[in-house]
Amino acid sequence: MARAKARVGGAFRQGRIALILLLPSLVVVFGIIVYPLLRTLYTSLFAVNSAFPGRYPFVGLGNYLQALERAEFWGAILRTAYFTFSTTFLEVVLGILLGLLLNVEFRGRWLLRSIVILPWALPTVVNGAMWRWILNPEYGALNALLTQLHIIPDYRSWLGTPWMALNMVVVADVWKMTPLAAFFVLAALQTIPRDLYEAAWVDGAGRLRAFFSITLPLLTPTILIILVLRTMEAFKVFDIIYVMTRGGPANGTQTIAYYTYVEAFSNQLFGYGAALAYIIALFILFFAVIYMRLLRRGEVEY
Amino acid sequence: MRSSLAFRVFVYSAAVFTGAVILAPFAWLVISSVAAPADLLVRPLKWIPAHASLSRYAQIFFGTGNDTVLTFRAAMVNSTIVAASSVIISLGVGIFGAYAFARLRFRFQRAILLLFLSTYMLPPIALLISLYLTMVQLRLLDTRLGLILVYCSFITPFVLWIMSGYFRSIPRDLEDAARIDGCSRMGALFRVILPLARPGLLATALFGFLLAWDEFLYALIFTSSLSSKTIPVAIAEFTGRHAVDFGMMATGGVLASLPPLAIAFLFQRYIVGGLASGAVKG
Repeated sequence: MARAKARVGGAFRQGRIALILLLPSLVVVFGIIVYPLLRTLYTSLFAVNSAFPGRYPFVGLGNYLQALERAEFWGAILRTAYFTFSTTFLEVVLGILLGLLLNVEFRGRWLLRSIVILPWALPTVVNGAMWRWILNPEYGALNALLTQLHIIPDYRSWLGTPWMALNMVVVADVWKMTPLAAFFVLAALQTIPRDLYEAAWVDGAGRLRAFFSITLPLLTPTILIILVLRTMEAFKVFDIIYVMTRGGPANGTQTIAYYTYVEAFSNQLFGYGAALAYIIALFILFFAVIYMRLLRRGEVEY
Repeated sequence: MRSSLAFRVFVYSAAVFTGAVILAPFAWLVISSVAAPADLLVRPLKWIPAHASLSRYAQIFFGTGNDTVLTFRAAMVNSTIVAASSVIISLGVGIFGAYAFARLRFRFQRAILLLFLSTYMLPPIALLISLYLTMVQLRLLDTRLGLILVYCSFITPFVLWIMSGYFRSIPRDLEDAARIDGCSRMGALFRVILPLARPGLLATALFGFLLAWDEFLYALIFTSSLSSKTIPVAIAEFTGRHAVDFGMMATGGVLASLPPLAIAFLFQRYIVGGLASGAVKG
């Protein structure tokens, strides 16, 4: 009786307790996020060009329209799209291969699993600095390796031309982030029951056949999630660009986040930068909606 | 299925190749950090340096006067303080919220959790500009406190997410038994649930530490002097100079990587497993 009574009054009381318990988190998270988010929106409507409070002319959507008219903006978008597509594609493909390798039983597998975690744990900035040093035109290890193996005749400036530099940033990012994709794939592989493969082998299917008709379909939800998560991350790329190339040479590695940073903080065009930030946020939101949809459909049963 | 010899050879060569590709770049960073300056600038490059020593490490830990050395040392201290404080505050705040999500029933429960998680999708650059303008006004620019506050805002949702899942995995009966014995709800949380959730707390704390240690964009904009500059900012600045001391850069890089690498290797099962399953389950 007493218990039943407690349940009836419970819903209301639990709501109040929950509010009290959640209040600190709400304050810490939304107290810091909501105001800046709204203020950025507000700032994006004005021609703010200094960090000091003051009266700035209202330009409405002017900053947004200005972005859409600029060649630099579209250049940055194009480079971001290239970076996002190539890193995500390579990380997914290599991640699947590496995940499969880590799932095969062989001696020393534990060692390889420990090694694979290294790039993921390396701070992004250290990763950028490391590759910048390896790719150094005069003293870099890559030049030394390739000339000593007689693959290239002379030292090259790997970060010296826009197109090459962009691809080198892709390499550095793929080196660091493929392990994460591999661990996602590995986790998914470990949930696939062995009987499925045994049944396939009894039916005379080879390894390749088993991969395409059993493994790959069952991996699809995981692959989709890696795809979307990595796309969202890659679209925001900043750290590695800053450290490896500072957006150069000739803005050849300037992605949209880097472009926004330059406009807002180097050129002090805070209004224009805020508009750019919102454009990025809209892109990310678009990917996020896809992510949510995939998650909802992502439940697999065997 | 029995593995053919050809398949085994293939697997082992793939494993060796992968291991080499992953280890080589970092190994070169480590070698560069101990090699004598002249060894790094010769052509053809020698892979094993003729003169190696730990002198740069000694300099960073004990040296005085040198600008670079002081920056690195201060940055390591700042990074440690900022990351540790952010994790402690986020855990302190988030544990209660996580408990509410795991054990209580209230209106908009799922929506509120999703709202917290959706903050991950916000690009930091969308907050950066106004946070910067606000920090200028509040005089929090170039302070550790300013950085800590911002870091808590993205570590706390992570704590809520992981810990609420962890609390749910602890049987309710244990808590009920404690409450029948006269424990209050909070008493049961502290005496029964938290001790049982220690592995989860540890994994969450470590991962939060990695997030804060690695963060670069906010730190780049908000810090400028030795009083708050973190290690990623110090390294990024260092690589941007015209006459870079490559050996010193490598040493700083290795030192900055040691805490995350140690955490990752020691707790790989928790971190990688938790990460993968959490992201897939949502």
